Amino acid sequence: MKVKLFLTEAGELSRFTGRFFKQWFRPRYEIAELMRQCYVIGYNSLPLVGLTAFIMGLVLTMQLRPSMVDYGVESQLPAIVGIAIIREIGPVITALIFAGKIGSSIGAELGSMKVTEQIDAMEVSGTNPFKYLVVTRVLAATLMLPVLVLLGDAISLYGSWLGVNIRSTTSFSLFWTQVIDNLSFSDVLPAFIKSYFFGFAVGIIGCYKGYTSSKGTEGVGRSANSAVVVSSVVIFVIDLLAVQVADALGFKLKT
Amino acid sequence: MIAEKEHIAGKETPSPGGNVLVIRNLFKSFGNNHVLADFNLEIQKGESVVVLGKSGSGKSVLIKCIIGLLEPDKGSIEMFGKNIPDLDEQELDEIRAKVGFLFQSNALYDSMTIRENLEFPLRRHWIEVSQDEVNTMVMEALEDVGLEHTVDMMPAELSGGMRKRIALARTLILKPEIILYDEPTTGLDPMTAKGIIELIVEIQKKYNTTSLVISHDMNCVRMASDRVVILVDGRCYASGTFDSLLKNPDPNVKQFFE
Ligand SMILES: Nc1ncnc2c1ncn2[C@@H]1O[C@H](COP(=O)(O)OP(=O)(O)OP(=O)(O)O)[C@@H](O)[C@H]1O
Ligand SMILES: [Mg+2]
Repeated sequence: MKVKLFLTEAGELSRFTGRFFKQWFRPRYEIAELMRQCYVIGYNSLPLVGLTAFIMGLVLTMQLRPSMVDYGVESQLPAIVGIAIIREIGPVITALIFAGKIGSSIGAELGSMKVTEQIDAMEVSGTNPFKYLVVTRVLAATLMLPVLVLLGDAISLYGSWLGVNIRSTTSFSLFWTQVIDNLSFSDVLPAFIKSYFFGFAVGIIGCYKGYTSSKGTEGVGRSANSAVVVSSVVIFVIDLLAVQVADALGFKLKT
Repeated sequence: MIAEKEHIAGKETPSPGGNVLVIRNLFKSFGNNHVLADFNLEIQKGESVVVLGKSGSGKSVLIKCIIGLLEPDKGSIEMFGKNIPDLDEQELDEIRAKVGFLFQSNALYDSMTIRENLEFPLRRHWIEVSQDEVNTMVMEALEDVGLEHTVDMMPAELSGGMRKRIALARTLILKPEIILYDEPTTGLDPMTAKGIIELIVEIQKKYNTTSLVISHDMNCVRMASDRVVILVDGRCYASGTFDSLLKNPDPNVKQFFE
């Protein structure tokens, strides 16, 4: 029974995604609304992403230091932290925060628009609600998450530099050189690309849950909630796939 | 099939205004729930028709089919001479610009101010329209419903009756030729309901709109109807003026007038 439910849901979600790909490149283009959504989605999650990224960088550094000292490789701390943040922690933590904030708000907003017939009202007012509401939000989420990840990475590294400086002194430029020297293009690129997929997943799942919600106001809460749960899980699944794909494409994991 | 259609069409005596809306053999079901089964209706220009029906009898489904929000299983819905189920998105939008639709739940956009709510259909249907024109039309529509002072408020700040009137203003802003009202008075106290009905009648006179009103409020039926249609079992069960139906002894009709 659960399996059947899961499969129906997955099928519906794929159909919804198919509808997105059929509609997004066709006129009429909702440029103004897309810009507004980019602002809402990107700018509004910035404080939260910044704060969590900063704490992540700081704490990670402080937690790693004792082991690094034990092994006598304390000088490698910036390099290790840099790789961990850029390759994995930055994109995944940012995406999870993004799912919590944006996924739920998209789910709740579209859900309440659906149950109060606002989506029907838009359709009657000469607007394709799928384009106006769904396409703009999905594109905005897809475009904004990578930007947030980059900013988050930078803030994280800054936090990490502060963490290094708690017990010793390193200038920021030295710290930065150490991080950059140990990163290669093949570390940065897959991480950057996968954050597009994370953004897309959060956008499309939030919209799907909201757009198809039913059963009155109770359904709205459920939509918002399951938007977060499903997109968080999907983020990890994409992460798992991304590492395999990157590996297969020759972006070798460092040993 | 074609011969039959011609036969039916031939029976019509063309009225001076002509038919704005012609519904023939409309069927719509959700799974096993046959909501509309062979529904027929014609509305002439300038006429005001009220559809009476019990809760759950498919009144909302009917007008959602008319505006193209739901796709009927069978049958034709001709509005301004075009069959709604056959139209593509663009043609449908052209028709919808001439049709007002008042939702049962008002469907005001929560995230927008009253001004933005009213501007929405204007901007979406007529892309080339100056800000000055938009402002005048917004204020004019608000004046019609007597709520000019709410222009910069949010829908959540208004009472139920005010929201209904704003929804009405949003419907009026495009000066529609036909307005479909889905239970305009449900959930309002009798006084407010009366105000809304008076407003509807006033609008009918002022703009000479054709209207299709869905209701089970007897005041509304009496005041706003040229003709009443009773929807039972998904079909047009009886039809006539308010007074003629009032005298109808059929129990299915009588139940609405008690
Ligand atoms: N989208 C839908 N999916 C499935 N069933 C639906 C849908 N919309 C309406 N129905 C069913 O169609 C029937 C008629 O619903 P409708 O909303 O038209 O009733 P109504 O006559 O407008 O009632 P009310 O006076 O309470 O508004 C109901 O049994 C309802 O369950
Ligand atoms: Mg209804």
